[in-house]
Amino acid sequence: MEKLLELLQQDGQAGPETIAAQLGRPVEDVRAMIKECEESGVILGYHAVIDREKFGNAGVSALIEVRLTPERGGGFDRLAHRIARFEQVSSCYLMSGAYDLAVIVEGNDLREVARFVSEKLSTIEGVISTATHFQLKIYKQNGFLSKAEDEVRRLPVAP
Amino acid sequence: MLPLSDRLAKQVAGLPRSGIRDFFDLVVGRDDVISLGVGEPDFTAPWNIREAAIFALEKGRTTYTANLGLLALRRAIAGYVKKQFEVAYSPETEILVTVGVSEALDLAFRALLNPGDEVIYHEPCYVSYSPSIVLAHGVPVPITTKVEDHFALLASDVAARITPRTKILMLNFPTNPTGGIQPRAELEKLAQLAIEHDLIVITDEIYSELLYGGDGGMELPEHTSIASLPGMKERTILLHGFSKAFAMTGFRLGYACAPPVLTEAMMKIHQYSMLCASIMSQYAAIEALEGGMDAVESMRQSYARRRNLMLQGFARMGLPCFPPGGAFYMFPDVRQFGLSSKEFAMRLLEEEDVAVVPGSAFGPAGEGFVRCCYATAIDKLEIALDRIENFVNRLK
Repeated sequence: MEKLLELLQQDGQAGPETIAAQLGRPVEDVRAMIKECEESGVILGYHAVIDREKFGNAGVSALIEVRLTPERGGGFDRLAHRIARFEQVSSCYLMSGAYDLAVIVEGNDLREVARFVSEKLSTIEGVISTATHFQLKIYKQNGFLSKAEDEVRRLPVAP
Repeated sequence: MLPLSDRLAKQVAGLPRSGIRDFFDLVVGRDDVISLGVGEPDFTAPWNIREAAIFALEKGRTTYTANLGLLALRRAIAGYVKKQFEVAYSPETEILVTVGVSEALDLAFRALLNPGDEVIYHEPCYVSYSPSIVLAHGVPVPITTKVEDHFALLASDVAARITPRTKILMLNFPTNPTGGIQPRAELEKLAQLAIEHDLIVITDEIYSELLYGGDGGMELPEHTSIASLPGMKERTILLHGFSKAFAMTGFRLGYACAPPVLTEAMMKIHQYSMLCASIMSQYAAIEALEGGMDAVESMRQSYARRRNLMLQGFARMGLPCFPPGGAFYMFPDVRQFGLSSKEFAMRLLEEEDVAVVPGSAFGPAGEGFVRCCYATAIDKLEIALDRIENFVNRLK
């Protein structure tokens, strides 16, 4: 199972046939394993990793540090879920250290993100403070380098 | 003036061109070829290793090193060899860092052979063994290993070829080009023979990290070095290096582990010819041993998956191929088509744009087989398999 996930993490488009051949397992087993992972939520989804800078209409992305008042019984969970549900939020993590939530927010421009923070995020009861850091340049995302290494040409035939 | 060709040393003039070289010239210049003819990993050396080489340059480490190699590297090698091969070598007197295993092999032959001394080795084998023996004025004595034995070397075959002039038994397991490994029981018999006949053993274990066992090749089986068997360390030169497991071919770094007298003898030749291995490579190698093992395992698993893909592909098209126990080569049997391995490889290249290496490049014992290196991206392997299948179906 771990090997299967590793392969899918490297290439979400790898077909069950190819994976089965690589793992030396019957293709039906691999299909069943993938289905099981999808149903149990181990695999949350599949998406392309896009370099938005190259795409041109890059939009903006910001990391927002959020401090929260924890609640009896649930800690930060209720508020974190509430924040995570906004469609502008692409990722949301509970952190150790100086703040509680790291929230990644995507938008078309600075104003759109700023409006989301001031009108939606900071007005939620229980949010003590926010600090917004706009992303300036991407060097690596989801394991992919923005500037791929040049392909090295090996000798086509070697001993 | 005598023609220059008449001035060449006899043993050089008599050397055949490598069969690989001939094939190389054909492949170069053709577009769209998928090459399974390579002999190196498709991975770039892991970043921490490259970064260590860069750091060495930044620090101005651009000098010669001790002839034996950096002591820190030799210590790291001693630790690694102890763990990997279960043999303890002294970093001060029993380890020599060389420019690849190729140099170490040349040093070993030159240090040991007198004209006429015989070296027993197994074929099909890496292309340089026989020429290196000849260049050191020795006599190559190849023994054929067979597909029905999974290309293991049978002690009975070795025993039949031992003469009073036999000085060295040369081993390479896992083997390039077959991917064969030597079962421990048969290795023990070879050790017994070496002791009985007082032979020196040279063992090239460059592929020893790349082994495939159990559960579709995904498990890492145990590797036994002949140097670790009782009574063998004192008569064995263990050769190993960084090229294959760490994907560091271009760093050109290998090493020899041997008793002090042999290490000293090899060091003398190394000192007068090579002086020392490149210092940046040596610093990179320290990092490889200290922080590269996770990358090695992850590369091994990736090779294992591709090995499975190839095995399944060959099975589908009815091309017999024994499941290789190590390295990153498949050695399918093409005898059923009535073509020589060279004709098979040439036609496969011309008709389907897939390059494989004719088995005959690895000695006459390789005739009837071709070497397919699977250290290539999965999608390319899949296309290559489809093309080989088309070709094989036409031949049937």
